[in-house]
Amino acid sequence: MINYSYTILIPLIPLVIFVFTGLLGMKWKPLVSGIIGTVGVGISFFLSLFTAYEYFFATATGSAYHTIIPVNMLWLSFTHTLQIHMGVLLDPISVMMIVVVTTISFMAHLYSIGYMKGERGFQRYYSFLSLFTFSMLGVVLATNIFQIYIFWELVGASSFLLIGFYYDKPSAVAAAKKAFIVTRFADLGFLIGILILSYYTGTFDFSKLLQPGTHLFAGLAGVSFLGLSGITWAMALIFMGAAGKSAMFPLHIWLPDAMEGPTPVSALIHAATMVVAGVFLVARLFPIYHFQAPDVLIFIGYVGGFTSLIAAIIAMTQFDIKRVLAYSTLSQIGYMMVALGVSGYGGEAGLGYMASMFHLFTHAMFKALLFLGAGSIIHTIHSNFMKDMGGLRKYMPITHFTFLAACLAISGIPPFAGFFSKDEILAAAFESNKLLFYVEYITAGLTSFYIFRLYFNIFWGKDPEYKHKPHEAPLNMTIPLIFLGLGSTFGGFVPFHKLVTSDMKPFTTVTHWGIMLPSVGIGLLGLAVAWVLYKKENDLPDKISKKLGILYTSTYHKFYIDEIYLFVTKKIIFNYIARPIAWFDHNIVDGFMIGVGTVTVKISYKIKKFQSGELQQYAFVFVAGVIMLALFILYSLGYH
Amino acid sequence: MMDFKYILLMRHELLLVLVAVIILIFDFLTDREKKNRLIPFSIYLFAGAMLVSFFPVKPGVLFGGSFQGNALTDFFKDILNLALLIVFMQSEGYLRKEENREKIAEYFVLLILTLVGMDYMVSSGDFLTFYVGLETASIPLAGLVAYDKFKSRSAEGGVKLILLSALSSGVLLFGLSLVYGATGSIYFSDIAKHITASPLIILGFIFFLSGMGFKISLVPFHLWTADVYEGAPMSITAYLSVVSKGAAVFILTIILYKVFKNITGLWETALYALAILTMTVGNLFAIRQNNIKRFLAFSSIAQAGFILVGIMGTGSLGMTSIVYFILIYVFTNLGAFGVASAIFNASGVETISGYNGLYKTNPRLSLIMMLSLFSLAGIPPVAGFFGKFFMFTSAGSKGYFILILIGVLNATISLYYYLMVVKAMFINKNDHPVPYFRSPNFLRFSLLLCSIALVFIGFAGGIFEYIMSVSHVLF
Repeated sequence: MINYSYTILIPLIPLVIFVFTGLLGMKWKPLVSGIIGTVGVGISFFLSLFTAYEYFFATATGSAYHTIIPVNMLWLSFTHTLQIHMGVLLDPISVMMIVVVTTISFMAHLYSIGYMKGERGFQRYYSFLSLFTFSMLGVVLATNIFQIYIFWELVGASSFLLIGFYYDKPSAVAAAKKAFIVTRFADLGFLIGILILSYYTGTFDFSKLLQPGTHLFAGLAGVSFLGLSGITWAMALIFMGAAGKSAMFPLHIWLPDAMEGPTPVSALIHAATMVVAGVFLVARLFPIYHFQAPDVLIFIGYVGGFTSLIAAIIAMTQFDIKRVLAYSTLSQIGYMMVALGVSGYGGEAGLGYMASMFHLFTHAMFKALLFLGAGSIIHTIHSNFMKDMGGLRKYMPITHFTFLAACLAISGIPPFAGFFSKDEILAAAFESNKLLFYVEYITAGLTSFYIFRLYFNIFWGKDPEYKHKPHEAPLNMTIPLIFLGLGSTFGGFVPFHKLVTSDMKPFTTVTHWGIMLPSVGIGLLGLAVAWVLYKKENDLPDKISKKLGILYTSTYHKFYIDEIYLFVTKKIIFNYIARPIAWFDHNIVDGFMIGVGTVTVKISYKIKKFQSGELQQYAFVFVAGVIMLALFILYSLGYH
Repeated sequence: MMDFKYILLMRHELLLVLVAVIILIFDFLTDREKKNRLIPFSIYLFAGAMLVSFFPVKPGVLFGGSFQGNALTDFFKDILNLALLIVFMQSEGYLRKEENREKIAEYFVLLILTLVGMDYMVSSGDFLTFYVGLETASIPLAGLVAYDKFKSRSAEGGVKLILLSALSSGVLLFGLSLVYGATGSIYFSDIAKHITASPLIILGFIFFLSGMGFKISLVPFHLWTADVYEGAPMSITAYLSVVSKGAAVFILTIILYKVFKNITGLWETALYALAILTMTVGNLFAIRQNNIKRFLAFSSIAQAGFILVGIMGTGSLGMTSIVYFILIYVFTNLGAFGVASAIFNASGVETISGYNGLYKTNPRLSLIMMLSLFSLAGIPPVAGFFGKFFMFTSAGSKGYFILILIGVLNATISLYYYLMVVKAMFINKNDHPVPYFRSPNFLRFSLLLCSIALVFIGFAGGIFEYIMSVSHVLF
């Protein structure tokens, strides 16, 4: 057996750095905190790679992988049955996730040294980044569902802090609040789900909960509420938390606004790691979903499918490049959810599960790359809007080529990474749910279209009037781009079906030519349409959007979902629920409290004379107290 | 039969006596001008004795069951030792004053001797040892309260304490003799077998409980508390509110759980009423106080009410939650008292309004005070939250939900007056705040210790586990 205890260092290093940078950072030069943070996460990164190597390759004999819990400390012990542990759990998905998290985090740390140079609060930025990395690693390495919850909230808090990094900018503050409130609302469901689940099963631990064929859920399946069984409720509520973090429809509204944060943050948190926490959570609990709550799993599939389609449509009409990427992220996470929704358990049937994790992996690479690329463009242009860009391929060759690789990857063009994972998802969907297959198939075409619309608008077309000549980003920004570019190009060759599978046993995949060729076809079609419309400056796109009329405008306004939220909250909830409650609170509750306060103060003056300072009286009260106590006891015993 | 091995069971007590004797000899040998040397000498000596007592010894009994030593009593005595050490460290500035120079040795010796009494009480296996321990602890305390003998308040407090203490001891002893009359034994284990709900035993129990209620200052037996706390020197007040009270709570819990086990329903009824009264009245009085010592006195009365809620849990969970709470309470209250005495020694300020604007001049002291007050109020993640949480859990395990609800309401009320102090330090404006000062090093160290404990104890799950494991053996 290999001793994996060192894996505890992977999350602990960022924690230590967070504490020290947070406490002492202001005394250091800005660059020092950047370098310390980057080196620390770099160590975590190499440790993760080493763990992955040992876990997947050093012991593998082609048979199943095992769940290993090298560290598990008792944290809170409420009773002998209700105990909360903190620890490290290694299994294929957690090992894969630590590699993803530390890789992207390392890249974002390195990149930020250049991107955030000279910003006020540079040290604060790095301490938050470390906090986020620590929390995210805590989520993926959790040994029990309560630990996930705790780190889940920490992730939410650090995301809030980073979105609102520019706290003197009102829109950033609003976005941070929105993200926090929406995900917090979703987490309420998550918490209730956890409580229901653990109340009936009597445990938080994954090692017990995830045994296929366990009898822990017998009690929960017997309970029924509003026509659904207890386990369905619990798992649906837990998915609500997942949907909040992963920004699934209709809880997706916070993600596009979250782009107010610094761009490396968007890459790290709102593209590659935190937003896939929901996917990870469903995957982590997959045996429960599959065996105990298959209805919820189907529901997850439909939510994912709907989100991926609608987000892709919205992405086609946006002009802010970060927003395009944000909607694209929504759409791609939808893909992963679909893959989990259609997946079975074990062997070939678990293709969807494997595909989902595979796509999570490749998506992290190419989406982080797209964001970091966008970051280096914004860094030199000082604008987020496509109209301010054009012809940049001449000025920024490295950004251009790496960005192109990411675009090809997301469009599913072979041999780039996204092709392999997306193909597996489509194949899995084709096997079990034709409707979702067609939705995702169409979405694949739309994806290719919107991403190349973005690409051509930025790198081709006519130069706008640049105030300063755009320039390539410095080396510490381009190295991450190149690294992720390689990942996006070759990441697809990782044999996931041998490594990360639903039952931890490798299986062999067959090539689905019948699905692969059409899906490449629709990807190329989308690319071609974008080529025609956007490669050279022309008025065709405007004409088309005018023709589409209301269809276009409603898409441009994101189907007015934000407005619907506002309408529901401001007009209905505020007027008809909040106002009466506020009145009740102000007059009845506050009135009661003020009354209690007044009475309390009055009583406290009234009883003042007991505390007279006279010894005889004290003795008298003492003896009277003894007699009163005796009378009280005798009375309560029935001597009256 | 009694060889050296058994004597080791009594190592806490014997070491303390030894330390007291050494201090007396050292005092005798020291010139009048150099008496200040006694302070570090005594503190280091005491700390050394404390460290030696840490060594574990196999559990056993002495004197045919009159004296019991086991892992739980050892752990508890270690807590008391630690608390007294902190009190010693916090009294340095006070003892260095010119008027106290003659009396330094007395201060240490008397405090150590009260602790010896408490240790005997904690280890007692029959009512006689228990009573002797209790009195050994009480009588020197009256002398300590009157330590500032030329201040009328201090002298008054000492007289009040000794007279009322005599009254309560009389009632307590009367109760014990009734119990003895009914059962024919003074040994805990024998009495436990013969306890029934006969009127004689009920009356005996009520007298016993009232006497203990005096020591723990439960309402309505609490009236001495405010005057004595206010009159006594700050560090003696701290000692009274933490060590003296903690030891009494511990032995009360043991006696209730072991001796009066057969009438559990009866004492739970009594405690139910006393808990509600104590929490509520303690809170009501605390709201109005402006003197920090009186304020902390009433706050500690309210805290005693919370402790009663924890006792309701019974069994090892109840015992564990009590010991855990007292451990945290030691750091919490001594943190608050430490800051208060630092300020008092430096500037003579002992009113809450005098704390206005303290944060501007002494930010670190203000932060430690805030931490302690948050812990007293039970705000997570400070240790006090965990202490209260486990006590409520313990009561909850027996289904006392209404009592818990009242407890939570009282905790909310207490938050109000704790925050008033925080507000005074951080928000209220003051043209002449207490100027910046640097406290003596011992005091600084004790405050550092308290604040570290307050931040980390709650997260060290092992401590609760350990107490659970040692008290599990007994119940």
